[in-house]
Amino acid sequence: MVNREAIIRLENVYFFYERFCALAGVSMDFGANRITALIGPSGCGKSTLLRLLNRMNDLIDGTRVEGRVFFEEQDIYAADADPVEIRRRIGMVFQKPNPFPKTIYKNLVYAPKLVGISKKSELDDLVESSLRQAALWEEVKDILHRSAMTLSGGQQQRLCIARALAMKPDVILMDEPTSALDPISTAKIEELMDELKKRYTIIIVTHNMQQAARISDKTAFFYLGRMIEYTDTSRIFTNPSEKQTEDYITGRFG
Amino acid sequence: MEKKHTSSSYEQELQEVKEGLLQSGALVEEAIGKAVKSLVDGDTELAHAVISGDRRVDEIDIDIEERCIRLLALRQPAATDLRFIATAIKVNGHLERIGDMAVNIAERVVLLNDLPRIKPYVDIPRMADIARKMIRDSLDALVRQDLDLANRVRREDEKVDQLEDQITRELITFMMEDPRRIHPALLIMQVAKNIERISDHAEGIAHMVVFLITGRIVRHARSMGEEAP
Repeated sequence: MVNREAIIRLENVYFFYERFCALAGVSMDFGANRITALIGPSGCGKSTLLRLLNRMNDLIDGTRVEGRVFFEEQDIYAADADPVEIRRRIGMVFQKPNPFPKTIYKNLVYAPKLVGISKKSELDDLVESSLRQAALWEEVKDILHRSAMTLSGGQQQRLCIARALAMKPDVILMDEPTSALDPISTAKIEELMDELKKRYTIIIVTHNMQQAARISDKTAFFYLGRMIEYTDTSRIFTNPSEKQTEDYITGRFG
Repeated sequence: MEKKHTSSSYEQELQEVKEGLLQSGALVEEAIGKAVKSLVDGDTELAHAVISGDRRVDEIDIDIEERCIRLLALRQPAATDLRFIATAIKVNGHLERIGDMAVNIAERVVLLNDLPRIKPYVDIPRMADIARKMIRDSLDALVRQDLDLANRVRREDEKVDQLEDQITRELITFMMEDPRRIHPALLIMQVAKNIERISDHAEGIAHMVVFLITGRIVRHARSMGEEAP
């Protein structure tokens, strides 16, 4: 079950917004069934990196990727790569909970229906298993047909995680998934991530360094579009090799 | 630590811990000096002053520990700062124990000064001078982040051990010659033993300085088959 091999591999990746180079020469592997945290000050390129892993940046005009991004050894920027299929297998959870203004049930079956699942029993099973994996089932099983907007922020975010899981992805990208949540909801999401990594690979961008320290196996520090240091989380936070990493995590920046 | 924290109060709190350690270090070093002087000069009053003076070291011990715990709770220190606070907690403990040992020495001196002197005290002050220098150098190494100096301190411990062995051998011959010398000889051995233990604590401080600078725990390097510093 536990596969420690790289599931995503970047080779000398550059990313441009028009002429602005947001990522410069990034090469790194993401281990399967691990939580990898990307940290760094605003504008360092970490969110850009996260978004290019499932081609979300395609949606922004004037952007360009150079270098190669492999997902299970397939170049996701190859001409014949299918962005829809890539986004199904590499799901994403955003900073602010963004459920559809529909019922909890419909939030979860929306995408599966689009890809052709129509049998009610199959959809029901998918709803239950996704909600269970997102540790939300017990709280919402009796209100599945109530609007998702009636849930608390923390519940909404877990619903968004469940919605990503409903597509049976291999990788879940998380962009500051708890920054809009209170500490208890944050703790629940963190606990959930630890459970999810048994089945999924998680890559998370976070500004909360204690969060990176608590939950991730490996941490990569970015600065000005470059990957400065990438190593075991326990090492980054006790004895980083690079001065810039040290200055950032100890609060000696700027 | 040339670059300062964005938070100046954090910077200040770390600085205060460092200053507390230096203050404690200066006090215990002085206590050892006075305890040995009270032996050499037969000055029992000075020995009593050492015993009562330890209260200040104990106060600083508690103060530093409380500051470190507060820093851990409120600042979530990482990297150098984390290693510094871990180091400070342990160095603080070493210094406090050194203070207690200076008291142990002074207590033996009070007894010894009432007994006939069986030998001139030459090696004891020599041992004490090395141990004091080890404390001073290990704290210097901490402040200056000087790995070479910390490693030199780690090597000094051996000299103190050798002097203690020498004193012990000498005292055994005294005791064999005349059983009336057994009591003072045992007290002198205890003084030597306490100085030897002080140098072990100074070595412990130097180990922590190596950890502070490199992140490596070298405390049991010898028993784990690594080469000497």
